[in-house]
Amino acid sequence: MTMWTIVLIASALSFATKFTGYLVPARLLEHPTATRVANLLTVAMLAALVAVQSLAVGSAIEVDARIPAVMVAAVLFAIRAPFIVAVIAAGAVAALLRLLGWAG
Amino acid sequence: MAFSPTQRVAFRSGIAVGIAVATYGFSFGALSVASGLDIWQTCVLSLVLFSGGSQFAVVGVVASGGLAAGWTAIASSAFLGLRNGIYSIRMAPIVGTSWWRRPIAAQLTIDESTAVALNQSEVSAQRVGFWTTGIAVFIGWNLTTFAGALVGNVLGDVNGLGLDAVAAAAFLGLLWPRLRQLQAGVVAAVAAVLATILIPMTPPGVPVLAGAVVALIVGLTNWLHRDEVTS
Repeated sequence: MTMWTIVLIASALSFATKFTGYLVPARLLEHPTATRVANLLTVAMLAALVAVQSLAVGSAIEVDARIPAVMVAAVLFAIRAPFIVAVIAAGAVAALLRLLGWAG
Repeated sequence: MAFSPTQRVAFRSGIAVGIAVATYGFSFGALSVASGLDIWQTCVLSLVLFSGGSQFAVVGVVASGGLAAGWTAIASSAFLGLRNGIYSIRMAPIVGTSWWRRPIAAQLTIDESTAVALNQSEVSAQRVGFWTTGIAVFIGWNLTTFAGALVGNVLGDVNGLGLDAVAAAAFLGLLWPRLRQLQAGVVAAVAAVLATILIPMTPPGVPVLAGAVVALIVGLTNWLHRDEVTS
């Protein structure tokens, strides 16, 4: 699979999902299960992505500079720092720890 | 076009949200080119896929699993984007049934445009909120994606030093505002633990998809649900 295939299929599915919502009857929303599952799907996938991005290197678990970096981001999110500030801080912490040789 | 006071409020929040979201676009653009996508692929994701969480998912999964993880990247992105379909159902009466307006509205149906629309009480203001936010976010997000991709391209390897941490922090930032309810918090914790356990046992991408199973089980049984208490 090429990168373009991935980009175009993912994009087409995104638009199809959005457009389908305009074609189906609004009755679907009266049943709260669909809404709840869609919301929880978002939460679960994002949480799994946080875990994988913080710990995985290919198919191995490695604890490295990412953990302190993500903890710094978590503190910043908790005190309602803007998204870009927390994200840049995380990148800076990881880069600094690696430059100093304190973490892999 | 003259706005009523309520429409003006909706218009202003739409512009403000558009500006705030534009800053995410910069991190997406930089992360995307550093993950192996070129500038054009990065821009197509922002122009056509146009849903932040799904875009970060494509880039994140490809960054760790490479092209071999293509289908899991697509599936993660699609599952994350299912909520947009629900938003569309909710926005349909606001948008109307015009044949040319619906596909454009569909493209602009995301967290932000839906949230600003639902925040207004009158339908006319909801309409202004939806379109203003959708268009403002679309323009801002795409401009900053392009800028981020250009900068990321120039930074090259230097960017790689803290990049994996940037991706993790970005997902955490997208997750954070969704954790207010107990049910969501438990689903997040279980999905994260399950994904961690699966990392050494499954190909890259699968640990993320396993989160979908957790969401389905809790969502369908409505386990841990608490009735909203109005105090």
